[in-house]
Order: sequence, then structure tokens, then C-alpha cells
Amino acid sequence: MTTNATPPTPSIAIDVQGLSKSFGRMPALRKIDLQVAYGEGLALFGHNGAGKSTLIRTLATLIRPEAGVVRIAGFNRDSHTPQIRSVIGYVGHQSLLYDDLTPRENLRFYAKMYGLPQADDIVEKSLEEVGASSYAERRVRVLSNGMQKRVAIARALLHRPRVLLLDEPETGLDYEGLELLDSVVKGVKQGGASVVMATHGIERGLALAERAIVLSEGRVYMNYVTSSTSVEAIQQVVFSGREKQLKFGAQR
Amino acid sequence: MKAYLRSATAIYVKDMRLEARTKETFSSVLAFAVIVAFVFGFTFDPNPSTIALVGPGIVWVAYVFTGILGMNRTFAVERDRGTLEGLLLAPVGREAIYAGKLASTTTIMVVVEMLLYPVFLLLFDLDLFNIWFVLVTVAATVGFAAVGTLFSAIASNTRAREVLLPLLFLPIVLPIIIGAVASTSGALEGGGWDRVGKWLQFIIAFDLVFLVLSSWALDFVLEE
Repeated sequence: MTTNATPPTPSIAIDVQGLSKSFGRMPALRKIDLQVAYGEGLALFGHNGAGKSTLIRTLATLIRPEAGVVRIAGFNRDSHTPQIRSVIGYVGHQSLLYDDLTPRENLRFYAKMYGLPQADDIVEKSLEEVGASSYAERRVRVLSNGMQKRVAIARALLHRPRVLLLDEPETGLDYEGLELLDSVVKGVKQGGASVVMATHGIERGLALAERAIVLSEGRVYMNYVTSSTSVEAIQQVVFSGREKQLKFGAQR
Repeated sequence: MKAYLRSATAIYVKDMRLEARTKETFSSVLAFAVIVAFVFGFTFDPNPSTIALVGPGIVWVAYVFTGILGMNRTFAVERDRGTLEGLLLAPVGREAIYAGKLASTTTIMVVVEMLLYPVFLLLFDLDLFNIWFVLVTVAATVGFAAVGTLFSAIASNTRAREVLLPLLFLPIVLPIIIGAVASTSGALEGGGWDRVGKWLQFIIAFDLVFLVLSSWALDFVLEE
């Protein structure tokens, strides 16, 4: 993996240069370059298999890149992984909650893992913020998917991350939950943190983010400022990316 | 160091709380251990001379088999529940995750092993209520768990984990098994430090080597 001697730019929360990753012989990310500023939202669009989740999981330090430089909050992925983990919040496809613990016990466990002072107060506040206080003593396994997702969002926000990574966060959420998600994303950005959100909900993505990229075959296919594009335009690009991948796959 | 202890303790307490609620690992491992002991009881005539010869071997074969069953679940349950990523995302060294998992695995195994003492007494007239044997049990179990926790993380990544763990685990822990059987023979024949001490030191030396190497290696195992 290459290293970059350039000092980090203070206003840049996420700085990715030449990021590549393969699974076996299948390339998942190919020379991705992107930057996200503090307080900025970036929406990731693309069809299934375009590389959205791999990119989010690589930024979350769950996947080790093969090539390229990843800097988050000024920390290099290669040399300062624990520091990066302390500043990112991640909501993925799974809730990361223990089914046989209550939401309160889950959040207290994660608060200890993050070394949060006054953990109990933070946990109660987080449960309240996501509207899960009245469910705090029930085991997670008996909660609805939507309520589990709310607690998962609370878990991701416990340590007040400076970078919030969301991988299809709207899955399982009802209308009220979606409103909560929207307000969380806006609140996090207003607080100066940056948000990267992979989603199939183009309308929501454009509404919540300042910039958007469309991924196809692990490459940045298109790059947009969300205020100057439309749902239809993105849909068309996502679809053409899919067509291209199908054609490419058939040729192989 | 403070963060390491805090995180390892949090994982240990969480694992023990989950085990107390579900008893998933404990009940299956204990049932398996009792069955293994009974199977040995039916395979030969347990007269005193035979027991003196093969008793320690039976005890440790039963412990190793049940240990494999228990250790298979150490990381597999985290992966199956989808919670492993939660641990990996925490800003703590992988050594802390290893230490927490090692402590919970060791606790469950030692409890199961001690619950088997009366079973061995009943079936084989083997009196394991002996301080030297207790020390050997704890030392050898720490060694098993030190290796098993790492290999459980490796095996949990594969579809054939039930097969892979014993294949990786058994050749590596063979020195500990040899030491445990030899020291158990000494302890059961009424020996003290003179008979048990040399082997106990041997087991502890292996424990230390495995603890350091496994703790260091876990970082390379857990990332995709």
C-alpha cells in the first residue's frame, strides 16, 4: 500500500486517494478518489454490487484496502486505525446489537468500549433521542426491525462521531423512523460532522446530501452537486451503470 | 493499559451475561462432556489397574473434545449474530478483544471441567478433587483457550469451521495435552510439586508463548 506524505487538510474529514480493493479476482473498488468536508453530506448511489457497501466498510476500517490512501479526520488508515475508529459512527445492514441484551445494556456495553465518561447519562440521552426509552428494558430480540434500527443509530451516535457512515440506513424504518433518520443526519451535519450515506433512495439521498456520486463497477462513474441535479438524472445514470456492468460481465 | 482492561472486562462481562441468559454454550458443552465420559465408561472394564493406566488420558481427551466444541462458538456466535463488526469498530486494540474472549472461554471451560469431577469419580472412581489437579486444569485450559480463541476467529470466517478448528487446534496444543496427562498421573498417584511441578511449569511456559503470539496475530485474522 502506498503512503502519502502530504499533511492532512483540517477542513477535510474524509480524504481518499487511489483506493482499490478486490475480493479474490473480483475487483470491488478501483482507484477511488474522493474528499468530504466537515459538515458536508455525500450520497453514494449505484446498483447492487457497484461498490457502495465496500467503500463504506473500507472507510469504517472493517475492510483493509489493497492500494491507496485513506485519511479520516486527518488520521491515516494504515498508522492510526484506533484513532479513526474513535471518530467514526457506522450504521450498516446489521444492527450490531446483542439480541439477548436490552437496548440499555447494549448501549452501556458500547459506551464502555468507547471509554465514554458518564456513560449512563449518555446512554439515557441517546435512547431518548431515538425514541427508544420506553423499550430500553426489553430484550432486543423482541423489538421490531424499525426499533432495532433506531437503537443501532443511537449506538452509532453514542460517542458523537465526526464522521457518520450510513449503509442503506433507511432499511426497516417506518415513516416516523425515516423522519428521525433525516433529523439525525441534518443534526450531525449541523454539528460539524460529515455524513456518507449509501442508499437506493435517490430522493432522500439528494435531500440530505450536498454532493452525490454514482458508483459502477467499483469506480466513481459520476460526481454531482445535489442542488444541480434531479432524481431522474441520477436514476438514468445508475441504470446505465448497471447496463454497462451487465455487458461487461457478459463479455467476461 | 486502562483502556485495554476496561474493554476486555466489558467484553467478558457482556459474554458472561449473555451466557447466563441463554446458556447456549454451557449447556451444550456440559451435555457433550458428560456423554463423552459415559462413552468411555462403556468401552472398557474400569478396574483400578486399567484406570491408573488410562484414567488421566480419558480425562484430558474428554476435556479437549468439549473444549473444541466450546471454543468453536467463541467468535462464531459474534459472527452469526452480526455483532462482530460492533467489536471491530470499537477504538480498542485487538488484544483487548482477544483478552475478553479468552477470559470468557476459559471461565466456561473451567466450570464445565470442574462439574465433570463427580462424573469421573462416579464412573471411573477417579478422585480429581486434588489441588494439584485443579492447578493443572486451570493452566492447561488457559493454554487451550489461548490457542482456541485465535483459531476460533480464523475458523469463524470459513464455512467448514467445525472441521477446521480441530484440524488447526489439536496439533498445536499437543504439548499441553502431553503435559496435562503426565502431571495428572503424578497428581492422582499422590505426588506433589516433585511430580507435578515440572510439567506445570512446562504448561505455563506454553501458555505464555501462545498468549503472546495469539494476541498479536488476532489483528491479522479479523479484518477482511
